[in-house]
Amino acid sequence: MTAAVLTKVGVGSAGALPVEPTIDPARAPAATPVLAIEGLTVGTGAVDLVIDVSFEVAAGETLCLVGESGCGKSLTCLAAMGLLAEPVRRKSGSVRLGATELTSLDDRRLRDIRGRDMAMIFQDPVASLNPVQRVGRQVAEALVVHEGIAMRSAMRRAVELLGRVGIARPNERANAYPHQLSGGMCQRVMIAMALACRPKVIVADEATTALDVTTQAQILALMKTLQDETGTAMIFVTHDLSVVAEIADRVAVMYSGRIVETGPVDALFDHPAHPYTRGLMDCRLHALSAAGGRLAAIGGTVPRPSARPVGCAFRPRCPRAEERCEMVPELKPFAGSQSAACHFPGSAR
Amino acid sequence: MSLRFILGKLLRAFLTLLLAVTFVFIVLRMSGDPVSQMLPDDTPASVVAAYRQMWGLDRPLPEQYARYVAGILHGDFGFSFRDNRPALDVVLERVPLSLELGLTALALTIVLGIGGGILAALKRGTSVDHATMAFTIMGHSMPNFFLGILLILAFAMTWRILPSSGTGSWRHLVMPAVTLGTSYAATVARFTRSSLLEVLHQPFMRTARAKGVPFRRRILGHALPNAGIPIVTVVGLRLGALIGAAVVVEPVFAWPGVGQLLVSAVAFRDLAIVQTIVLLIAFTMVVVNFLVDLTYGWLDPRIGMVSGEAAA
Repeated sequence: MTAAVLTKVGVGSAGALPVEPTIDPARAPAATPVLAIEGLTVGTGAVDLVIDVSFEVAAGETLCLVGESGCGKSLTCLAAMGLLAEPVRRKSGSVRLGATELTSLDDRRLRDIRGRDMAMIFQDPVASLNPVQRVGRQVAEALVVHEGIAMRSAMRRAVELLGRVGIARPNERANAYPHQLSGGMCQRVMIAMALACRPKVIVADEATTALDVTTQAQILALMKTLQDETGTAMIFVTHDLSVVAEIADRVAVMYSGRIVETGPVDALFDHPAHPYTRGLMDCRLHALSAAGGRLAAIGGTVPRPSARPVGCAFRPRCPRAEERCEMVPELKPFAGSQSAACHFPGSAR
Repeated sequence: MSLRFILGKLLRAFLTLLLAVTFVFIVLRMSGDPVSQMLPDDTPASVVAAYRQMWGLDRPLPEQYARYVAGILHGDFGFSFRDNRPALDVVLERVPLSLELGLTALALTIVLGIGGGILAALKRGTSVDHATMAFTIMGHSMPNFFLGILLILAFAMTWRILPSSGTGSWRHLVMPAVTLGTSYAATVARFTRSSLLEVLHQPFMRTARAKGVPFRRRILGHALPNAGIPIVTVVGLRLGALIGAAVVVEPVFAWPGVGQLLVSAVAFRDLAIVQTIVLLIAFTMVVVNFLVDLTYGWLDPRIGMVSGEAAA
């Protein structure tokens, strides 16, 4: 049974998207981007919550968006999915899925893409499932909506999917309500739901944050395995660096609405270029010994979006800040594969 | 929904009914001696005593209570001295008319109340929302009988398009049903709106959007079933008020239902009738509450679950 599903969920078999992704040689040296976000600015009223964010992910690649709470990670994801809710809205920038510009689509066309080509997994799996509907039906609904098949056959596929995400006795569990399942189990259901229509991109917004550590490890392993099998591109939002180390291919660090550093995960962990990234690395538990037994912390707090300092938003907390930092630094290449938005990238503390 | 849940609710319904029966018994005994209330003041003491004996009022209270409960269990609700017939018969022949009026008002409420509430919630902040809410405040604050009189003035007296009283055709039903249903619909509309608004902001609604579920399906398939419990609660609770309002509205339109019978029975001190109607209303409420409880269990699987099932 499992094998049959495996082939069904393969990358090449999707074929539902009307336009094939185009290759832009100038942009992606490694692989064709499946999802490309460019110059995305999101805000409410005069306040910008996400500023000029650009990144892309290729098939089979995992990009981690990292940063403290309120730095705009989740909003970036919601904007990519076209799920921003009033009064927050996209002010400018483009979101391209393959060759399709999503920001110019009307809600109907976007609805066809959501859940089919792009799927999202949310932070609180229990609250993210409809409490009064059986979970199998909720997984099946994606198939009913996008593939126009009857609920009966959709339910059969839903049971297969539930088995595939590691739910034991999927036949019985499909009839369970969310409150009868654990948080980890509910997140598996969410993953099954996301996988249902073999999406090109999965956006996971703090997908493991609400789970305990062992469950978190299981879910991460599952997502990695499934991604290897399906070749889906993944955007994984987290504030947990151990999760990043576990799952990321590339990392984009966000601070106060902007991407301040981006690069391959190893490079970022080995030699962080931006002082904020460095600060984050020093806050990790296993940096303890290096810091002489005291856990490091970044002094100060993230500025409110309505009261950002002039220039680099990290300036008030930065040990390296100078007069020059009153100018907003651009995101510039650094040490080959990395980019950092800092006037003094990679310099010592 | 487990059998234990249903049995538990049934037991509670039975206890509620017993309580209502006991309450009626106590209130009737406290409201004075029915014999002296019914007979003229100058009735000879021997006649009064004879009546007391005939109705068993000379026996000790516990025995009276036991006889009374036993009588009810046998369908003996006492004798209407005004009609000289069993009280139950008198009341029951009025029930169909009241049911006709009540159910029409209920249907009106569900259509206008729930429909209006959904519309207001989905069009939140627009003129549709404001208009609906203004209407609900009006419906809330206007006493039933006053609205009834206004309707009679407009439709029966001024424009002469609807009969002002009586029964017989659907045209007779319009004004009483609208009068009875208006405040009820207003309450239901407000509850539907707020309950739906709350649900619309739940994370699972965002999940449905992220899944690409069309708007109608999101509202009908996800939002409404979750908003259903407060709506069913208020529909059930307000049904009591509907029965109460019928007592006022029926006489206004000379609608010969149970409500009108109750008003005239009180005026004539026909205690058996009053007692029967009070018990009938209590019985109706208990049945409605039982149905509401069952609906809860059906709407929300988290209700009516015995702890053992949770481990599944």
